[in-house]
Amino acid sequence: MAKTFKKPEALSDQSTHYCPGCTHGIIHRLVAEVIDELGIRGRTVGIAPVGCAVLAYNYFTFDFQEAAHGRAPAMATGIKRVRPDLIVFTYQGDGDLASIGMGEIIHAANRGEKFTTIFVNNTVYGMTGGQMAPTTLQGQRTTTSPAGRNVEEVGMPVKIAELLSALETPAYITRQAVLKPKYIVRAKKALKKAFQYQIDGRCFSLVEFISTCPTNWGLTPVEAIKWAEDNMLPYFKLGEYKTPDDVEED
Amino acid sequence: MGKILMKGNEAIGEAAIRAGCLNYFAYPITPQSEVAEYLSRRMPEVGGVFLQGESEIAVGNMLFGAAGCGARVFTTSSSPGISLMSEAISYISSAQCPVVFVNIVRGGPGLGGILPSQADYFQATKGGGHGDYRLLVMAPASVQEAVEMVMTAFPLAEKYRNPVMILGDGLIGQMMEPVEFPEHLRTEPSNKDDWATNGMDTRKSNKPNLVKSLFLSAELLEEHNVILKAKYDRMKQEEVRYEPYNIDTDYQALIVSFGTMSRVCRTVIDDLKAEGFETAMIRPQTLFPFPEEPIKQAALKESCKIVLSIELNMGQMVEDVERSVQGTRPVHWYGKAGGDVPTPEEVIDVIKSFF
Repeated sequence: MAKTFKKPEALSDQSTHYCPGCTHGIIHRLVAEVIDELGIRGRTVGIAPVGCAVLAYNYFTFDFQEAAHGRAPAMATGIKRVRPDLIVFTYQGDGDLASIGMGEIIHAANRGEKFTTIFVNNTVYGMTGGQMAPTTLQGQRTTTSPAGRNVEEVGMPVKIAELLSALETPAYITRQAVLKPKYIVRAKKALKKAFQYQIDGRCFSLVEFISTCPTNWGLTPVEAIKWAEDNMLPYFKLGEYKTPDDVEED
Repeated sequence: MGKILMKGNEAIGEAAIRAGCLNYFAYPITPQSEVAEYLSRRMPEVGGVFLQGESEIAVGNMLFGAAGCGARVFTTSSSPGISLMSEAISYISSAQCPVVFVNIVRGGPGLGGILPSQADYFQATKGGGHGDYRLLVMAPASVQEAVEMVMTAFPLAEKYRNPVMILGDGLIGQMMEPVEFPEHLRTEPSNKDDWATNGMDTRKSNKPNLVKSLFLSAELLEEHNVILKAKYDRMKQEEVRYEPYNIDTDYQALIVSFGTMSRVCRTVIDDLKAEGFETAMIRPQTLFPFPEEPIKQAALKESCKIVLSIELNMGQMVEDVERSVQGTRPVHWYGKAGGDVPTPEEVIDVIKSFF
């Protein structure tokens, strides 16, 4: 009998350290599937962030570098500039990318660096225990906003896909979700496009994933998915924010 | 080829290319921006990479990425810029990536000034960033020596898989001197297949490489630091470089001085000799590893009454000189913060004040 569903070659056999219900596992799998399907494992370099995904290199079977907090886009720039033939992606959370690494991501995107960023938005700092992030929603309680995010004091949550698509240079900016199968199917398509653009030598691409953090949200995995749909999707709207001019949207 | 007249900063850029380094990332800062200007023209001519990053923080991490995937890579900056790169330098040291940093030191602290200084001695030799790490630090005293040190730095960085820093100063960067580029120092980058993320296809392997600095278990972190320490200990054994001056005389004072300041001290030693008063100098060419033993031995000479650390800062290297001399002779410091380089007359007055 033929196997119809198996572990992608780009994923290792290790079980992950991620919490039950965490969506990193889904995104890891999508990355691995796309890398397998495009046949690029032997020339791919991933960049792990500081955050929950710092150990991502344990779960993939290709080269990896581990960046300082927020600096993954600068590290990717260094790799891609000296080895344009390698396929390079950064894998970053919202604290890493939208807070401490805001400078690096904006300038890498604006220079049109030819790598792909996977941006996992779950509205909190996960690894350090659920502190407020630039993406924390208005009124959302975290360990450093115990009374809920007060936008009078710290402003509104940052919308990365919208912000980066205001730049002229980047090729492809999209926001996807991994909350339900219908979203996951679309997210994988978007991710594959982003990598294909890189293979084709097009400039910077970013796929934002609306994700959950049941542990730090204090919810069960199922409740967390509902919370994300009810609260994140109205504010962080899904869709293609920027596509290369000469490529048709599907 | 013969000698040509070149500004220090431009000569440093050219030396890197001649050494076989075709990848340069940098951010403009006085007094070393001429390196970036020079290489923005030269790198395209030789098919190399030139990129002006958005900050020194980013540049440091671009170097980390580039070196991590196996490329020979370098940057130039000046003091405040090196402070910002220190985050990356700590990571690069831990991940054991070869990168060459050139610091054309200016006065500090803070914005300080843009004139020559040696105030980054501590930062370079004791670690500007966090954690237990050491850089191999070389200090040129002329444009020619800067060229030779830059060319030597790349194979050394690869030998130890460790960052190497050239600690120059604004004078070395800005002055024009005759230089000759030694062809024989050009080396091919070493094979990095066993660790660099150069792509599994590139090295025809099915085993991923990982460049990282995180060791969550106490045992693994300990083991990692022991490996790093062994490298630094090996540098102390194999890489100490220094130049003695007037050391065969019955000198009464031993000067320890490096870089631009050491050139003033040579004049001091010559002038005092003409007066019939012998002094000598040990000029450290490597600041880490520090020439502890040569300084100790030179201080022990019977005629030698005092040891003087003369620096363009408020007294930093003097701590290493004291450590080397181990209390066998009185150690004094003289220096200025930078910008205003002490004249030979000033230094002579200081030396005479002890006799």
